[in-house]
Amino acid sequence: MPPVDDTAVEDAAIRARGLTKRFGDLVAVDALDLTVRRGEVYGFLGPNGSGKSTTIRMLCGLLKPSAGDIDVLGCSIPRDAEKLKRRIGYMTQRFSLYEDLTVAENLGFLAAVHDVPRARARERIDELLDTYRLADRRKQLAGTMSGGQKQRLALAGTVLHKPDLLFLDEPTSAVDPQSRREFWDSLFELADEGTTLLVSTHYMDEAERCTRLAILDRGRIVADGTPHDLMRNLPGRTLLVDTAEPRQAQRALSGLEGVIALAQIGTSLRVLAADGDHLEERLGERLKSEGVEGRFEPVAPNLEDVFVAATRKTLEDRAQEGKAKEGSS
Amino acid sequence: MNLRRLGSIVVKELRQLRRDRLTFAMIIGIPTMQLVLFGYAINMDVRHLDAAVLDQSNTARSRELIAEIAATDVLRFKHTAYSAQDIEALLDAGRISAALVLPPDFEARLEVRDRPAAQIVVDGSDQVIQSAARQLAAFPVYGSLGWTSRVPGVEVVNFYNPQRLAPINTVPGLVGVILTMTLVLFTAIALVRERERGNLEMLIATPVSPWELTIGKVLPFVAIGLVQVTIVLGVGKLLFGVPVRGSIAELYAAALVFIVASLSLGIFISTLARTQFQAMQMAFFTFLPQILLSGFMFPYAGMPVPAQWLSEILPLTHFLRLVRAIMLRGADLIDVWPSLAALGVFIAVMLVVAVSRVHKSLD
Repeated sequence: MPPVDDTAVEDAAIRARGLTKRFGDLVAVDALDLTVRRGEVYGFLGPNGSGKSTTIRMLCGLLKPSAGDIDVLGCSIPRDAEKLKRRIGYMTQRFSLYEDLTVAENLGFLAAVHDVPRARARERIDELLDTYRLADRRKQLAGTMSGGQKQRLALAGTVLHKPDLLFLDEPTSAVDPQSRREFWDSLFELADEGTTLLVSTHYMDEAERCTRLAILDRGRIVADGTPHDLMRNLPGRTLLVDTAEPRQAQRALSGLEGVIALAQIGTSLRVLAADGDHLEERLGERLKSEGVEGRFEPVAPNLEDVFVAATRKTLEDRAQEGKAKEGSS
Repeated sequence: MNLRRLGSIVVKELRQLRRDRLTFAMIIGIPTMQLVLFGYAINMDVRHLDAAVLDQSNTARSRELIAEIAATDVLRFKHTAYSAQDIEALLDAGRISAALVLPPDFEARLEVRDRPAAQIVVDGSDQVIQSAARQLAAFPVYGSLGWTSRVPGVEVVNFYNPQRLAPINTVPGLVGVILTMTLVLFTAIALVRERERGNLEMLIATPVSPWELTIGKVLPFVAIGLVQVTIVLGVGKLLFGVPVRGSIAELYAAALVFIVASLSLGIFISTLARTQFQAMQMAFFTFLPQILLSGFMFPYAGMPVPAQWLSEILPLTHFLRLVRAIMLRGADLIDVWPSLAALGVFIAVMLVVAVSRVHKSLD
């Protein structure tokens, strides 16, 4: 996918060019280009170790990049990191408020730390306790709350000083599906109020809710765009094989030229394949030769297909790079 | 440095401390417990120590002295020895703690009074027994004959440990030992905890500066240190009658400087440790040399020269000099300024090293 020409984007909240972070020999983030417009809910989708957290930490100014330029809300990072800290909120992956303080004490502490004037802080805390349904837990120790409650408290603490830009690092990894849905509703409310959000996740359903999305793999952005565009422009086709023996079908089709990924969905088999002539015929022949009954049905690609195709592509690219290097040496 | 932010960190720290019952109990419990244990072990009124008697003169007066000493109840003569070798064997076997030796010329010595007439051999490896023997050394051997000579009637010989520790020296020293053990440990742990529990990652995304955080977290411990000093001095005075001959204000001033020195050591450790457990290990690593080499256990003058150099680096060494001078000799701070200056240098070095490391660790 060609990189979007976004130098012209006027209302960028985040703009990073050639962002790189090396930890010794390990390249955690590799020449990453990123543009996030104001008011967007921008998603980082990627497996563990793909560089999501490291990128977010660099954008917040918590970590110095090894190379590259960052501009966040008009602040050049890391130079203006202190100035930026007053305008952003950062919600860490792990619950990072104090478990041995009460809900109200935690928020009071954060208000003081963010220089929110006392009178306004009291008002704001009441308002947040209300919004995030924590009013009756005011005097409860944070450590004794459930995962969902802790997460709502963490979000309240992150938005207490009304930041223009929120970074959320896998915010829903420790909560149940119901809490996750509610949490995303809260995020959209914040977006409606004009806050820009950058959210990392490894859940497809969450990624699909973002207004724009970047798929990260091994420190690189391997695909980006709106979830809709990403799915529509997926180079390749998705088919559903309706068969009584999905496991045998999977074994028969794996390794066949043009097949990118296979996944059993209940009693049927989902096939992601590269575009090519007579695809269905070739697949059908293979099934027949292996003695498996099956019927093909084209289906619309979903985000998981996009994710698999994008991360798969970099694998192949790198394998080819490796071969090219071997040949030249 | 923003005062409201600093204040909010102090308040937060105090709240957490109040809820951490175990730590809180240790802060108050350690000084009281150590003081009572150390103090009583040393001052205990010893009775009925097993002893042997070697009466080489065997006269009416020698038997009279043995009976009189036995009547004090301090020594209980369970064995009769016939030679110095007997005594040594009994001591080595741990069957006696002391032995009374009356030389063949006991009566002549009593007349001439140029040498001690009797000798008490003591198991010097035991502090309690030593101090008991010292009481016996004042025993009026000459009875009604009158006691005028400069030569003591009974000579005390420490059999194993020729060095003696005055109990009065222990309580002032304990002030320093207790401050070292609690403050270094708790500062280091409190600072590392923030990182280990993930709070630090949230905090560094806020306008809080590393130094607001460090100072805010450490300030409550300054107050705790002063409370501990008060406990030790109060209990020391109440139970053991340990005097403060110098100015109380100067004593507290010296303690404050030492508290800051201990805290800066704790801050330094916190920049090295990644986990609370590591911090604890490192803190313990600093305790041993401080307690052994500072002059708390063994006198500075008796140490080999390299140990003395090492001793000069330790803050406890200098605090012991300060606190003993003020409490026992009634000295002014001005008199002991070199120790004060040494603590100042220690604080400066620790903080400079810590500052350079804090920047790295947050990167």
